[in-house]
Amino acid sequence: MGTTLLKKVWDLHTVRRLPTGQTQLLIGLHLVHEVTSPQAFDMLRLHGRGVAFPDRTWATVDHIVPTDGQSRPFRDQMAERMTAVLERNCREFGIPLFDLSSADMGIVHVIGPELGLTQPGMTIACGDSHTSTHGAFGSIAFGIGTSQVRDVLASQSLAMESLKVRRVDITGTLGRGVYAKDVALASIRRLGVNGGVGFAYEYGGAVVDRMSMEERMTLCNMSIEGGARVGYINPDATTFEYLRGRRFAPAGSAFDRACAWWRSMSSDADATYDDRIALDGSSMAPMVTWGTNPGQSVTVEERVPSPEDEAPGHRQAVEEALAYMGLEPRRPIAGTRIDVAFIGSCTNGRLSDLRAAASVLKGRRVARHVRALAVPGSRRVGKAAEAEGLHEIFREAGFEWREAGCSMCLAMNSDRLNGRELCASSSNRNFKGRQGSPTGRTALMSPAMVAAAAVAGEIVDVRTMLPGGEGGVVEVTTTLLGGEGV
Amino acid sequence: MSGQMDSRVTEVSGRALPMVGDDIDTDRIMPARFLKAVSFDGLEAHVFEDDRRAARDRGATHPFDDARYQGASVLVTGRNFGCGSSREHAPQGIARWGIRAVVGVSFAEIFFSNATSLGVACVSMAPAEASELARIVERAPETVVTVDLSAQQVRAGAREWAVSMPAAARQALMAGSWDATTMLTADFDAVRATAARLPYITGF
Repeated sequence: MGTTLLKKVWDLHTVRRLPTGQTQLLIGLHLVHEVTSPQAFDMLRLHGRGVAFPDRTWATVDHIVPTDGQSRPFRDQMAERMTAVLERNCREFGIPLFDLSSADMGIVHVIGPELGLTQPGMTIACGDSHTSTHGAFGSIAFGIGTSQVRDVLASQSLAMESLKVRRVDITGTLGRGVYAKDVALASIRRLGVNGGVGFAYEYGGAVVDRMSMEERMTLCNMSIEGGARVGYINPDATTFEYLRGRRFAPAGSAFDRACAWWRSMSSDADATYDDRIALDGSSMAPMVTWGTNPGQSVTVEERVPSPEDEAPGHRQAVEEALAYMGLEPRRPIAGTRIDVAFIGSCTNGRLSDLRAAASVLKGRRVARHVRALAVPGSRRVGKAAEAEGLHEIFREAGFEWREAGCSMCLAMNSDRLNGRELCASSSNRNFKGRQGSPTGRTALMSPAMVAAAAVAGEIVDVRTMLPGGEGGVVEVTTTLLGGEGV
Repeated sequence: MSGQMDSRVTEVSGRALPMVGDDIDTDRIMPARFLKAVSFDGLEAHVFEDDRRAARDRGATHPFDDARYQGASVLVTGRNFGCGSSREHAPQGIARWGIRAVVGVSFAEIFFSNATSLGVACVSMAPAEASELARIVERAPETVVTVDLSAQQVRAGAREWAVSMPAAARQALMAGSWDATTMLTADFDAVRATAARLPYITGF
C-alpha cells in the first residue's frame, strides 16, 4: 500500500509529538511580509527570543505597496511606516528582504517560485492564506496567522494536527478559452467553500499533468477558497524544468540529485486516499462568480440562480448575495455591466496570465465606461512582460500598466473600488467589501475573461473573442502564446 | 508565556451574541483597511465595521451594536466561520471586544488555529442545535451560556448540547498551553536534528 506525498513530507518534517497530541512540524521555508509580521517580531522582542533559522526565512513587501509609483517615502504614511518596520525587523534579526530597492520584489507567492525558493518536498509557511500556491511544486504549504508567524520565527516549527488527503482528478482536456482559474472555480462550486476543511487537496489527472507551473500555481492558490488549507500537485518533469537554473535552485550535479529526491517524494502510484473525486475538464467552461463567496459561480453560459430554486437552508444566503450584488435571479450572467477590470494578484498575476489577457486585448479598446488596471505579480513578471511588449498592448487597449504588488485584490493601497462599482477581477475573493469599498462588488474570472469584459463593458464569453471565435479576427503571435513564464 | 494556571481555559460562561449565517469570512469580521497597523491595539472598535454600517444604513441594528448583547463573551454562529484570509486581526478583534468562546457549526482551519493561539475556544455543534441556541439568545439575551470544555457541552438555561472540538486544541486550552511558543522551543535539539536530515537544507 503506497504513501501520499503529504504523508512522506509530514513524516520527514516531524520533530516530535507534543504533549497536546499535536505534531511539531519543522517548517523548511518561512516567507514573511509586512502586514502579518510586525506584531510577531514585537512578541519575539518582548520575550527576548531570536529567529531560530534566519537563513530559512525570506521577506518581501507586497500587500500595502502603491503600484502607481514606488519611490520612497510613500505618500501613504502608514504604508511607509509598515515598510520601514519590516526593514528594521529584517535587519535586526538577519532576515534577507526583497524590498523596494530589489529587482526581485513582488507578491510573496509569485517571487518564492520564480526565485526557486519554493521546491518539492518542502514544508512552507507564510502569514497569508494563499500560501497554498506553493503546493504546485509538491510542497506542503499553508497559511498561518501572526501568532504562528511568531512560532515559526522562534522555533522554525508549528504545532499541527494531521490532515486527510482528498485526491482531485481533473480528467479530459480543457477547451479553448478555459483556464486553470476556471478549473479552480468549477472545483469549488462542486466541492463547496468548506468542502476542503480538514483535507489537503492533491490535484492530478490529465488536465493537471498538462498544465504549466503557472497554471498549477493558480489551481493550488485557490485551494483555500474551497476550505483546504493545503493543495498540492506531485512534482514531475514540468516542475523540474521550471526550477532548472533558478537563483535558489540547486545547480550542476546537485540539480540531478535534487530531481531524484524530489521524484521520490511524490505520492506512490498505489497510494491510498481518504477521499477521491474526479471532475471532467472537457465539459468545463469559462466561470464567473455571481455572489459573495468563491463557491457562488456559474459558467458564462448560465443564468444567475434564484433563491426559490435552492434548498431551504441555502435560500437566504443566495437571496442576500444577490441583493448585495444587485443581480436579478435567473438572468444570464453574461451581459452584466462592469465598471472596473483588474488583472493581477497571486492567483493570476504571472506572465502567462498577462499573455492570455493581452491576446484578447490586442487590437481592441476597453469600453469607455470601464477603468482597467493591469498589475504584474512581481517586478520580474513586469519586466518580462515589457520585454515582450505586453505593456504596450495593455496601454493601447486603455489599461493602466502598473508596478508590482497585491493591489486591488485586497485594496490595502490606493487601488480600490469606489461605491458600488462592479469589478471583473482575476483575483481570488469576491467577499463583501473585499476590494476596498464596503459596498463594492467583485466578479471573479480568468484574466482572459477579465480582458474580454473590459472590452465589452460587460461580462461576456471570452471564447467569442479568441482567434477562431465568432467575434472576428485577433492576431496573436506565437511568442504571445508560447513558452513558460519567467 | 504558557503553562501558568491563569492561562487554562476550561469553561467560558456569560451572555451570548448571535451572529447568524454561514461562511462569514474574515474580510467581513475585520476589513483589510484595519490591517494597516503595526499592532493589534484598538481592533475591537472595528469588528464587523462594514457589516454594522450596512445594517445602520438599512435601519437595522447589527448584533455587535445591539445594546442587549453588549458585554457578551460567547459568539454563536453557523458553518465555516472565519473563512478566507488568514488575518489574525479577525480573532484578535473579536477577542479584544470580549469574546472568549465561539460556538458554531464549523470553522475555517486558519481561523480556528489563530483563535486557539489566543486562548479563544471554538466548539462545534449540529446545525439545528446552533440555530436553536441562536434563537434562545435572540429571545432572551440575558441567558447565561456556558461553554464547558471538560464536559464538551454547551449549556443555556435548562438546555444542554454535546459539542465537539479537535482533541489537541481542547487539550492545549485546558492545559493552558495554547500559546505554543514555549512548547515549540522546549526541545530545540530535536528541531536541529530534523533540519539536519533534510537534503534541501543540508545541500543536495
